[in-house]
Amino acid sequence: MISKEKTAELEAIAIKLRKHVVEMTCAAASGHPGGSLSAADIITVLYFHQLRKDPKDPHWAERDRFVMSKGHAAPILYAALAEAGYFPVDYLKTLRRIGSSLQGHVDMLSLPGVEMSTGSLGQGLSAANGMALAYHLDKKAGRIYCLLGDGECQEGQVWEAAMTAAHYKLDNLTAIVDHNKFQIDGPVEKIKSLTPFADKWRAFGWHVLLCDGHKIEAIADALEKAEKTKGRPTMIIADTVKGKGVSFMEASPLDFHGKAPTEEEKDKALEELCRREKK
Amino acid sequence: MAERKMVATRDAYGLALAEIGKENPNVVVLDADLKVSTKTSGFAQAFPERFFDMGVAEQDMISTAAGLAAAGKIVFASTFAVFGSGRAWDQVRVSVAYTRLNVKIAVTHAGITTGEDGASHQANEDIAIMRALPNMTVIVPSDSVETDKVIREAVKFYGPMYIRLSRPKTPVIHDNPNYEFKIGKGEVMRAGSDATIFACGLMVSLALDAAELLAKEGVKARVVNLHTIKPLDTELIVNCAKETGAVVTAEEHSILGGLGGAVAEVLVENAPVPLARVGIKDTFGESGTPDELLAKYGLTPEEIVHAVRAVIKRKK
Repeated sequence: MISKEKTAELEAIAIKLRKHVVEMTCAAASGHPGGSLSAADIITVLYFHQLRKDPKDPHWAERDRFVMSKGHAAPILYAALAEAGYFPVDYLKTLRRIGSSLQGHVDMLSLPGVEMSTGSLGQGLSAANGMALAYHLDKKAGRIYCLLGDGECQEGQVWEAAMTAAHYKLDNLTAIVDHNKFQIDGPVEKIKSLTPFADKWRAFGWHVLLCDGHKIEAIADALEKAEKTKGRPTMIIADTVKGKGVSFMEASPLDFHGKAPTEEEKDKALEELCRREKK
Repeated sequence: MAERKMVATRDAYGLALAEIGKENPNVVVLDADLKVSTKTSGFAQAFPERFFDMGVAEQDMISTAAGLAAAGKIVFASTFAVFGSGRAWDQVRVSVAYTRLNVKIAVTHAGITTGEDGASHQANEDIAIMRALPNMTVIVPSDSVETDKVIREAVKFYGPMYIRLSRPKTPVIHDNPNYEFKIGKGEVMRAGSDATIFACGLMVSLALDAAELLAKEGVKARVVNLHTIKPLDTELIVNCAKETGAVVTAEEHSILGGLGGAVAEVLVENAPVPLARVGIKDTFGESGTPDELLAKYGLTPEEIVHAVRAVIKRKK
């Protein structure tokens, strides 16, 4: 169980990361705020509580690895890496600028701390499986984590990877779906239904956990349970809200999938997030 | 024509892989339900803990290979050429090439000599789509002796590589087992001053046969084994063009975008000379025996001979 103090600390970090997302995407005048904000609490718990890592030595051989399969949520990962000390926070404003390491979709070669380049959806879970297989072979204690989008789960490769992870009993792998229920063209259920989503993963041989993807304790608890699961991989379906933390984005998630906030919207969003910070 | 020993490059691959497995515990092998055909089965039997059968899931296999490589493994991923290049192209592009990870995509059953399985299984476009990828090294060994060298070099070489192998037994053209293979360096296999034939894969042996036929009519054709399509040995190509004044390419692949396309790009920019491309003429194949198909689709010494005569005629 995670302590009250730690929870409060993580909640504060999550707000800070959300502010970065809003500022970065506004400065870049492009990017994906909606799916970054929905993943903010998950990423916060991973990077500031769960992952065994060393920002001073990003290639530490025994580290846990995180694969951002939904590569368009790059801003939230960059915000976390910066706050964790992988690079200066000030660098965040170079998002999507020419020559920057903060590519539109995450690129492992240009930014230490990024474990896999993604952007073409559906590939990250397979790559995470590969890492988990290597860790099993090398008898490493580290774990592999992978974050997917729910719309992403329409990709056939995700289910190929689902079979692989179960077949090879990858209990050193925890996958999380940021289940924010919206994709570019509309609600996921309307575009191409995933229902029954949890049952699909169960049928594929996974240990499935459901949690509130915006409750720090719930996320931490699920990650802890996953770590204790033996003989099969764990999927945490995190119930989230697209644009979470910025009311007008939550209200019209389709407008903020791949569209950055304007200056005015940014100020409004930051004001709201600052208010929450002071509570 | 010289009687040559016949060995399939895929067999040489399987043997090399099993030996390398002994020498290097860091090598892992993936296959997509074709281990008996691709010849990874030897490695699988000897090192079951380092062999992963991914089932009929080539896309998953390629990205999984990338993950294993990211965690420090030297990864060989095998399937048929059509699937390793085409079915999983986006996975090769993003998970392997963009990341410059140490994955060797060693594919078999390339080209029309895949034979009886027909057009769906005959990769005649794979060189083109693989060489278009940044960071990708593309190698087409000419025989089993060279394949052995290629696989051993591949283990030493860091980075993505596409190795194109064949199904049928093909002539062994390297008699000297000490032949030194160098990635990116073409091999002049026969001297000649009237024209140069650049070939890769099993077409190198047919090019040597063609040169023999041409010699009888007094035409001295140089034969170059261009096993590495990328990075291309530009210097050798330009020198040969300047020295012989005419060029023919020969490949078991479409004439669009493969060896012929690559050589044409170099010639046009550096040393424009008459060029003819022998290969599959922008068409799908069909079922048949490898020999029948080679004959029907114009992949013969005679076709190369015609092409050489034609380019020499076009010399100014």
